[in-house]
Amino acid sequence: MVLALILALTLGPVALVLIQAGGAGGLTAADWAAARFTVLQAALSAGLSVALAVPVARALARRSFPGRAALVTALGAPFLLPVVVAVLGILALFGRSGLLNRGIEALGLPGVTIYGLQGVLLAHLFLNLPLAVRMILNGWAAVPPERFRLAQSLDFGPRDVLRVIERPVLRATLPGAFVAIFLVCLTSFTAVLVMGGGPRATTLSLAIYQSFRLEFDLAHAASLSALQMALGLVAAFAGVALVSPTAFGAGRGWRGQAWIAPPDPRAVARIGDGVAIGGMGLFLALPIGLATAAGVTHLPRPDAALLAPLGRSVAVALGATLLAVAGALALGLALSGWRKGMARLADGAAMLVLGTSPLVLGTGAFLALRGWADPAAFALPLTMVANGLMALPFALRILLPDIQTLRADYDRLADSLGMEGLARLRLLVLPRLRRPLGFAAGLAAALAMGDLGVVTLFSDPERATLPMVLYERMGQYRMDEAYGLAVVLVLASFGLFWLFDRMGRADADV
Amino acid sequence: MRLSLMIAGFLAALPVLAAAEKPQLTVYTYDSFTADWGPGPAIAKAFEAGCDCTVKYVTAGDAAALLSRVLLEGKGSKADVVVGLDTNLTEQARQSGLFAPAPALSASYDLPVKWTDTTFVPYDWGYFAFVYDKTKLPAPPTDFKALGASKLKIVIEDPRSASPGLGLLMWVKKAYGDQAGEVWKGLADNIVTVTPGWSEAYGLFLKGEADMVLSYTTSPAYHIEAEKDDTKAAAPFTEGHYMQIEVAGKMAGAKEPALADQFLAFLAGPEAQAILPETNWMYPVVMPKGGLPASFATLIKPGKALLFSPEEAAAMRAAATEEWRAALSK
Repeated sequence: MVLALILALTLGPVALVLIQAGGAGGLTAADWAAARFTVLQAALSAGLSVALAVPVARALARRSFPGRAALVTALGAPFLLPVVVAVLGILALFGRSGLLNRGIEALGLPGVTIYGLQGVLLAHLFLNLPLAVRMILNGWAAVPPERFRLAQSLDFGPRDVLRVIERPVLRATLPGAFVAIFLVCLTSFTAVLVMGGGPRATTLSLAIYQSFRLEFDLAHAASLSALQMALGLVAAFAGVALVSPTAFGAGRGWRGQAWIAPPDPRAVARIGDGVAIGGMGLFLALPIGLATAAGVTHLPRPDAALLAPLGRSVAVALGATLLAVAGALALGLALSGWRKGMARLADGAAMLVLGTSPLVLGTGAFLALRGWADPAAFALPLTMVANGLMALPFALRILLPDIQTLRADYDRLADSLGMEGLARLRLLVLPRLRRPLGFAAGLAAALAMGDLGVVTLFSDPERATLPMVLYERMGQYRMDEAYGLAVVLVLASFGLFWLFDRMGRADADV
Repeated sequence: MRLSLMIAGFLAALPVLAAAEKPQLTVYTYDSFTADWGPGPAIAKAFEAGCDCTVKYVTAGDAAALLSRVLLEGKGSKADVVVGLDTNLTEQARQSGLFAPAPALSASYDLPVKWTDTTFVPYDWGYFAFVYDKTKLPAPPTDFKALGASKLKIVIEDPRSASPGLGLLMWVKKAYGDQAGEVWKGLADNIVTVTPGWSEAYGLFLKGEADMVLSYTTSPAYHIEAEKDDTKAAAPFTEGHYMQIEVAGKMAGAKEPALADQFLAFLAGPEAQAILPETNWMYPVVMPKGGLPASFATLIKPGKALLFSPEEAAAMRAAATEEWRAALSK
């Protein structure tokens, strides 16, 4: 059911645009070049994010230090920044007149240039590394502490821990994290253009934008969207084919926050973990600090002009969260019971939505609505549905490993007790999945809060959301006010994220 | 709490039931026109005072999105008036057959070029220019070749997604014709990056990422008026400056054609023209009685205005974009 709905909402818009255009258009050599660059940057971005996330997640999983809980929560933050603001923050650190280059020049050395593929990767790393860390860390947190204790009592060395415990964790989490980030980067627009340094960094998203906006060539736009989606589909299926769930069995339940995996006592490991955590902390905190510093002195007054858009954004985010989490839970529970092949197919199909261009989604929705309703009246509900849809694959990625473990560990017990339907959901599923549910909800809320994109074709000035107001200010020279609004937006999204994530941290067994 | 917020969200999303008694004029425009600081609210208020009607703004992101929306809606569009296209888009708009001829207006326009379009009414205009910081760059280049030969860093917008980017493309093409590709090759190593929209480019410039940014000759007026900052200036180029003329048009299927005509006349009239300079930061098409605002006094006045006709612009866009892409992809 959920799957059919997702597919209808993903493929429907492309089909509607195709119908409107009266057929597909051909693809040019420039389109294929754009496709190649798109795949290259997305694959490198995802690979780099996941590769760097492993040591950080591992360090966080086995080290206890003051502020650890706060840092783990803060990992949601870069995802919450509007991309423009995030990019300006990165440039304040790595740009031509950024801190790094000023430091280098002070030493009398030639500066480094960030624009180009390296800049695209850096921006995507900044936006996606925290997500990768959290997804992998969740895999670690799902290992029952008994397994680590057993490993200790069996005198396992670091290599044995890697083989018996850590490798299965990575097998279960890495492919999904890679695919999710790959798909996000596949449709990335602003970050690629600003950091890319020129038309060499032309992506499919830009080609779609161009054929829609400038040339109004719907046939061409539909072909490009179909190509983008096909690329996403290949990646999604390849990714889910590589996932294999862990089989650690059930522990006594003491998993999670209170439990830290036994630290590797070697000095080299301690230093390595410290560098990984500190390095990531700085890499994330500095650009955010630099981006929002300009806004702190220009905070907007809490009047209706601020509160009304803020309220609308929060309402949209909460609705989207409910849709994403409920959809992901239903889908996850359903497909974890299917045959392996089918389940993977469905899992891959659900990821597909990330490969959809927001512009096509918005145009499709517009075409679907215009016959019988004023599209502008549906701008907010549509934003809600679109954001819920975009967040669903992330929620599914986060929930699925735990759902699979849950079913493997508890299905027979629950069946033998005759626990069915709502009772099973309330007494078993929800409490057991509390942690990933909280994280998934937090992420969905934060994602929905900062989103723009879908409604630009039929936004309504009387129903503007906070990101829309922010972009309007930027378009009116009022950059400082925009930075001030960005601070509010970040605080609000982070507040929602923190709230949901917090709810998930309270342990099921305490 | 969550539920009540959701209900509030849904309620906010329901169409507002309009007061039925007064006729309503539906105006499609871009986002920043109707923003709090934009010209939209003041213009609507002034127009409503004399028309016994209500103005309803419907927005699409930017000028290109605006045209896309109108083309998608076709004859079923609810728009009476569309405000915010420019001369790079009007040919496509005119060919759609969705627009009606403009009313005969008595206004004689203060434009550097003769206005001959009979479908669209101009309401403001500006020159594209490279904006820089006087305190950091005492002697800016005076033409594209000098800029290309210099070590200066510039940020420009992408012609495939932003109207200033398209304006720059046309500017180089109008000034250099067949040699445009060579000029772009000269500029390639000066370009720090190419942004999807004006906001990103201007934001990068203000953060110090580039010495100059492609914007308008009127940009410094904002800093003078709103920030009391006179360090920003536009560099005059000897080739002349390409223009952007923003226009409005009446829909052929307008439900309120008389009000639509009245609104177009109002837009080019003294009241609206006095509002536009310091809200849209562009030149008025008819000089207001009080003259230009003080913040416009120090702006550069290009000696030569460059502009392709809408037909020429539409015909050469694809080839010029390809030339640009090829020159910068090397």
